Amino acid sequence: MSKSISDIEQEIVEEFSLFDDWMDKYQYIIEMGQSLPTIPDTHKTEDNIVHGCQSQVWLLADDQNGQIHYQADSDAVITKGLIALLIRVLSNHPAEDILKTDMGFVDRIGIRDHLSPNRSNGLNAMIKQMKIYALAYQAKAQQNK
Amino acid sequence: MDIQAITDRVPFNVEEVRKDFPALHQEVYGKPLVYFDNAATSQKPIQVIERLENYYKHHNSNVHRGVHFLSQTATDEYEGARKTIQQFINAKHEHEVIYTRGTTEGINLVAQSFGRKFFQKGDEIIISHLEHHSNIVPWQLIAEEREAVLKIIPINEKGEMSVEELEGLITDRTRIIATLHVSNSLGTINPVEDIIALAHKHDIPVLLDGAQAVPHMQVDVQALDCDFYVFSGHKMFGPTGIGILYGKEKWLEEMPPYMGGGDMIKVVKLDKTTFNDLPHKFEAGTPHISGGIGLEEAVKYIWKVGYENISRHEHELLIYGTEVLSGIEGLRIVGTADQKASVISFLVGDIHPYDLGTILDRLGIAIRTGHHCTQPIMDRFEIPGTMRASFAFYNTKEEIDRLAEAIQKGRKMFE
Repeated sequence: MSKSISDIEQEIVEEFSLFDDWMDKYQYIIEMGQSLPTIPDTHKTEDNIVHGCQSQVWLLADDQNGQIHYQADSDAVITKGLIALLIRVLSNHPAEDILKTDMGFVDRIGIRDHLSPNRSNGLNAMIKQMKIYALAYQAKAQQNK
Repeated sequence: MDIQAITDRVPFNVEEVRKDFPALHQEVYGKPLVYFDNAATSQKPIQVIERLENYYKHHNSNVHRGVHFLSQTATDEYEGARKTIQQFINAKHEHEVIYTRGTTEGINLVAQSFGRKFFQKGDEIIISHLEHHSNIVPWQLIAEEREAVLKIIPINEKGEMSVEELEGLITDRTRIIATLHVSNSLGTINPVEDIIALAHKHDIPVLLDGAQAVPHMQVDVQALDCDFYVFSGHKMFGPTGIGILYGKEKWLEEMPPYMGGGDMIKVVKLDKTTFNDLPHKFEAGTPHISGGIGLEEAVKYIWKVGYENISRHEHELLIYGTEVLSGIEGLRIVGTADQKASVISFLVGDIHPYDLGTILDRLGIAIRTGHHCTQPIMDRFEIPGTMRASFAFYNTKEEIDRLAEAIQKGRKMFE
């Protein structure tokens, strides 16, 4: 059985607890950003932009057999690293589980504090958009029942 | 100019000047703050802070209304400040100095009021490619309303506009030219004297956005002969929420009120209202009294330091900063005009400005990242934005060294 959202959150909290200083934390976020696959330019459309971020963020979602699958990209690598974290936590879970989570790990790994208010809002905008997709797919699934 | 301010003046010493700015003496993330975001807003000297405090403690009252003592002292202070600001920009008349909330409101006021009076279908407004959004959008709004046409003066690779190109845009339908004195995102100092001379040859009025000029250089609206000049208090060491619109009397007299309300009226009948005289015609409602008074104190502070000292020190910082930053591998300065204020916009390799800006912040350095409310400039250079270090007279070369070290350190994190 695959890991639950809270299992993954706990895993991330433990990984971040290994870092002594903020630079290592950021270095890790940067590396995650660099290794997240880019999405094709054809998907980088106005429709897929997440507004509320200072850098450009594109987010896609689809329903794969009842599990929501996310893909995202950004032109800024720290932002992309943060998205990679969110995707790792939320992707490939049922919409119901995604909607239930409070993403408490963001505060527990101490990255919200370390980000400028603008960027923190960006993070909130990304989480919100991911949940909106989950909600939309849930509604669609119920309609088709 | 305030005589006291001149006699108080001492030889310029940046360390002494810094003592006047409490906000500069703090640590962020355990590191001494380097404040290089002055083009966004400047820090405030203790004199301005204390003047505001003093106003609220001892003089707070509404202006132009009361018969009582406090109202009179508040009015005296607030109107006294207007006189000081008149001297500051050398306006011919006190009533040509209109209080606003800031540069943005000043431009909106002129666009709406002047535009409603003078723009007809097919008339033309000229702005430049360098403008801040606040000198683009108000003109787009009134152009749409009046079916007027917006024309744009192009810029070159260095971020400069040419007066020759402006000449090519002028027609007998041109009603106003609105452009900036100094660019907030690139630092370019515009050839405003030439622009005004050319415009006036064709009887076209000129509005100058001086938000980024007044913190750095002496502005004399009569010598410039501009028709409108707008600026903000908060970028020139004064409070937020207060700004100035200077307009030539002949235009302000002809222009209709922008907002209705208290203070801007003479007689109100339910079927007809007559308006107050200048400057009050454009100042509806209870004004930002403490803001005006605080702005006066900022003017006195600038006089005390002296524009010649400010300009000299900032120019040294610009030259030093340009040299040091240019020495960093992969760093590219955007905006290399021959005439520049102390603003350096830059990119490092292909690192997103926001990424490096985040790391610089963690190293205690406050710069701005992004498009700086000038998206057309970023489109022109085909970049997502820049990092911008903007210096004030209280900044030092040592702080520039710290910026350079931080860029080097940050750059390695993205390799």
